[in-house]
Amino acid sequence: MSTFRYIASLGGLALLLWAIPAAAADHAAAAHTAHAVAWWVWPVVLFVVCFFLGIIAVPAGVGGGVLFVPIVGSFFPFHLDFVRGAGLLVAMSSALAAGPSLLKNGMANLRLAMPLATIASISSIGGAMLGLALPANVVQISLGLTILFIAGLMIAAKKSEFPHVARPDSWSQTLGIRGMFHDAISGQNMPWQVHRTPAGLVLFLIIGFLGGLFGVGAGWANVPALNLLMGVPLKVAAGTSSMILSMASSSATWYYLDNGAILPIIAVPSVVGMMIGARIGAHLLTVLKASMIRRMVIAILLFASIRTLLKGFGIWI
Amino acid sequence: MTQDEQDKLQAEQLAYAKVLHWSTIAGFITLVVSFAAYMAGILPGFVPLNQLPHLWGLSNDAFIKATHIPTGWGWFLNMGKGDFASQLGIAILSGCSIACILVIMPAYARAKNRIYLAICALEILVLLASAAGVFSR
Repeated sequence: MSTFRYIASLGGLALLLWAIPAAAADHAAAAHTAHAVAWWVWPVVLFVVCFFLGIIAVPAGVGGGVLFVPIVGSFFPFHLDFVRGAGLLVAMSSALAAGPSLLKNGMANLRLAMPLATIASISSIGGAMLGLALPANVVQISLGLTILFIAGLMIAAKKSEFPHVARPDSWSQTLGIRGMFHDAISGQNMPWQVHRTPAGLVLFLIIGFLGGLFGVGAGWANVPALNLLMGVPLKVAAGTSSMILSMASSSATWYYLDNGAILPIIAVPSVVGMMIGARIGAHLLTVLKASMIRRMVIAILLFASIRTLLKGFGIWI
Repeated sequence: MTQDEQDKLQAEQLAYAKVLHWSTIAGFITLVVSFAAYMAGILPGFVPLNQLPHLWGLSNDAFIKATHIPTGWGWFLNMGKGDFASQLGIAILSGCSIACILVIMPAYARAKNRIYLAICALEILVLLASAAGVFSR
């Protein structure tokens, strides 16, 4: 029965993601024939799709950007340059909105975030520069492969609630990266420390670059890097990831904005739709089965990555 | 971790969170209000709205050539246009981190925490350079 429900839900969502832009395309085509382009159709459709993406992003534990760029880039008529610009804004806005409460309850740690975010900020500008310089099909193919990798990572990656860090490395000791958070489930204050800081800095250099290049944000990579590599407890890793994302995305967003690559008519409905959807998604956390949503998101990512690759190779425009 | 360390950490996190909270709200309100004015036609677009479906499929370079929209901070000088007014909200959101980091820097200076002071200064420099268009084409 649960398999049936899963398949039905997946089919329903896939149908929705396909049907709304398809209906809009028909409407726009009809309007175009009549020499009166319905400019408002696509922003409205974008808002609706982003609203649904926001709902599933939270229970699936991924940022909105990683769903937004491949889906909107594949199924909407906007050039990938503008989709990536909007994707960065979506990722940054979500991270900014979550930041204050994460910092207040200790789920995000500034001392941990600052060095990693600085490295990622620098490389994300490099990624943004390369992204706007490369031909669209090259970016499209690279994006398809990256999304395929992210889907694989979501399937394979393990998580560790409280990784064992026997001894902090000298870098983290010098930087004073350690902390304590209150675990509501056990009712205890949990001290934590980190290791492999130099490797973490190198990894965040790469993550920042990819975030700027594809506009997908980097929550999908930040959390495993912090949790599995550096030994940060899962909840602190998720919260700190948001802080890193807010800073690293800012530098790339400025680059896109300076170069006229953010169109408000694409970016604003996306941000607002995603934010409203994410709020509802957060409330639905208690009633939705997170594992089922996660499998659904993986299936969507696989589908979007194949579509992106086919578009990049010019097979399915 | 000592109680004193914990208190200092908490104080800097709270200071950052407070500025982040209000600057994000200011950014969102500006974004939504200016976009609503743009969509309602109160602030006309630099590029007419009904022309956009013909243009948003172009690459960034081709779009700029076709529309002659100003790049860099040119949008700031055209705030009467709805599309550029909406970019003010985006700029405020993109600048939130700069304001937040500036607020916690004096605490690092007082504590003589030179490492974090340098990291903050570098991050501010990167964000300001990017905002100023130093890396722009």
